[in-house]
Amino acid sequence: MERIYLDHAATSPVHPKAGEAMLAVLTETYGNPSSIHSFGRDSRRIVDEARTIIAKTINAGFNDVIFTGSGTEADNMAIFGAARSKKSGHIITSAVEHHAVLHACEALQKDGFDVTYLPVNEEGLVSVSDVQEALRNDTILVSIMYGNNETGAIQPINDIGRLLADHPALFHVDAVQAYGILPIDVKELNVDFLAVSGHKINGPKGIGVLFVKPGTPFAPILYGGEQERKRRAGTENTAAIAGVAAAAEIAENTREERAARYTEMKQLFMDTLAQNGASFSSNGKVEQSLPHVLNLFFPGTDVEAFLVNLDMAGIAASSGSACTAGSIEPSHVLTAMFGADSEKLRSSIRFSFGLNNTKEQIEQAALKTAEIAKRLL
Amino acid sequence: MIYFDNSATTMPDQSVLETFIKASTRFFANPSSLHYPGMEAERFLEKARGQIAALCRVPAREIIFTSGGTESNNLAIKGTAHFYKSRGRHIVTTAMEHPSVFEACRDLEKEGFDVTYVKPRANGVIETADIQQAITNETILVSVMHVNNEIGTVQPIEEIGRMLKTYPQTLFHVDAVQGFGKVPLDLNKSGIHLMSVSGHKLHGLKGTGFLYKQSGVQLAPLLSGGGQESGFRSGTEQTAGAAALAKAARLILETDIDSIQHITRRIYNGLTSRLNFVVHTPINQAAPHILNVSLPGAKGEVLVHALEKEGIIVSTTSACSSKQTKPSRTLQSMNVNSDLAASAIRISLSSHNTMQEAEQFIEALDRIIPALAKKRNERT
Repeated sequence: MERIYLDHAATSPVHPKAGEAMLAVLTETYGNPSSIHSFGRDSRRIVDEARTIIAKTINAGFNDVIFTGSGTEADNMAIFGAARSKKSGHIITSAVEHHAVLHACEALQKDGFDVTYLPVNEEGLVSVSDVQEALRNDTILVSIMYGNNETGAIQPINDIGRLLADHPALFHVDAVQAYGILPIDVKELNVDFLAVSGHKINGPKGIGVLFVKPGTPFAPILYGGEQERKRRAGTENTAAIAGVAAAAEIAENTREERAARYTEMKQLFMDTLAQNGASFSSNGKVEQSLPHVLNLFFPGTDVEAFLVNLDMAGIAASSGSACTAGSIEPSHVLTAMFGADSEKLRSSIRFSFGLNNTKEQIEQAALKTAEIAKRLL
Repeated sequence: MIYFDNSATTMPDQSVLETFIKASTRFFANPSSLHYPGMEAERFLEKARGQIAALCRVPAREIIFTSGGTESNNLAIKGTAHFYKSRGRHIVTTAMEHPSVFEACRDLEKEGFDVTYVKPRANGVIETADIQQAITNETILVSVMHVNNEIGTVQPIEEIGRMLKTYPQTLFHVDAVQGFGKVPLDLNKSGIHLMSVSGHKLHGLKGTGFLYKQSGVQLAPLLSGGGQESGFRSGTEQTAGAAALAKAARLILETDIDSIQHITRRIYNGLTSRLNFVVHTPINQAAPHILNVSLPGAKGEVLVHALEKEGIIVSTTSACSSKQTKPSRTLQSMNVNSDLAASAIRISLSSHNTMQEAEQFIEALDRIIPALAKKRNERT
């Protein structure tokens, strides 16, 4: 049985070229980038080159890109960094953020910060006027994700950025799912922080990127050596840095082609389901979602049984984000969209496409999914 | 090329790389995913945790994977401080800790914590009595490094741990980044609650590390999110990195430490008998792989670069602070005068080094030192 991996929003395989870049560093350029000798200088060059590549993909300056230990750390750094540099104040975020943002905000509430969690509509979208209404004089940070990890919903980041141009609040965008598949220009978006994760873009796990606009007030999480211009202590993970840069460069060069391919796959998946008599609807507007994420409601089915059946059929999909998937708790994203009593919370599956998926795999997976959906009714 | 800067970082072991590559492709799925590949990845991750725990002879749940030594140290210190601040707001550490302990403590001072930085005696050794004297009713944490990264001193961890048993409100953290696998330390005998280890100092990978945390000890996490690592460290687990770390930890514990010590002794004898080096490392109370020495009158940096021309890599101080022109905090805490401190170089070995390399190093110094002296005389 061929196994079909449709869970690329949880994590993705390392691109062979990214793997090669990592291996070269691991075996040949193993010096500590902070060392002043030639081994150190060679490693420093690797880090500098990677930083240049990443900066270019989002139109940022070289010094504005910080390498972190993960997407979670990048999100936490932006939120804690902004908050701790201000000591107190009000934060605006949305109810559908990744837990790396939500739980960071909850931690800040315990420290006395006031947090507004904006609702979303049935399509999973935050409204710009809600952001505007929530803004206060003491609002220090607005944190809204670019593309949702569970439904793929693309938030009106551009409009929010424009709105905030006239307000002192800092603007953080969690772009972990959007980076590499949507074009991102930090200057156009008017963001102060933007978080990226390596392993969602066919790079390695254990590496993330945080963009920080020059001059933005900031407090680090990790203290120690003076790496990353004192913003993130710890010996640089040079191999992973080379790996994420290689993955980012490939992602950027193939972005439009992949976005078109995944969009087609999405349509093909839904068409095949329909042709085979499955009853379903999409959670969120397909036209306003990330090309690689598809979240479907199968009325009358049970998500747990559904996933087990998919798994037995060799198809890896998910009920929501992997980080909450450990136990199937109702998705906070779908709850925000449809309310806690909605049947959709118990009967929805996320399929997310990626690098190695083929049209044949999508057709086959949809066929099997349709069979399971019918069987479980 | 002779690489004598293994305290800054080490070359990953070939078999560690093989483990890493195999795991990266075979177990790429997210360990939190419920599907088959996810569960396989989780099993693999837990196997790595179990292996490390077995090597440390502790339960698997007491191992928390982190992104490295710096994160482990920060998590131990800030995590304890923030969780137990209602118990007290005083921390005892030493004046010769790694920046990832020192700077974390400095930041806590800004938050209103009191930190006592105990100075070592002139030989670089921290006296247990000095730690004890610093403890107050408010002391929630004592943090002492096992092996100093700059001069190699081994601190009396077991003795400090025994002393701390009479202070049940005080937790004991040990930065074992330089000591792990090189100097034995029994977690079950030393009263340690928290211990930091880094992968890339053990011929493992950068971006990997773990924190040993005794069951029952609580920490406020540094990273919030998906609740991985029992809620103590959010972020998708680096499965392959964890497996590589387990492998590196096993290999370092199997290493023949005595042979490293022989090579270090050979260098020590060469530097002190024929050449007039001053040795900062307390050779009888030091780790087997680190030597810190000064050649009076020669700037450390000059010597480092002269050796580099001969293909020999050593360093002036720790890599994390090697860009600073400030003299070493460790040497200062030992009251080494600033001229001599500015001359210091660190030689740090690993199992990859050979006796022949030690001989070549001494021969190279035999050539370099007269040439450097001549240059200095010409200038003056």
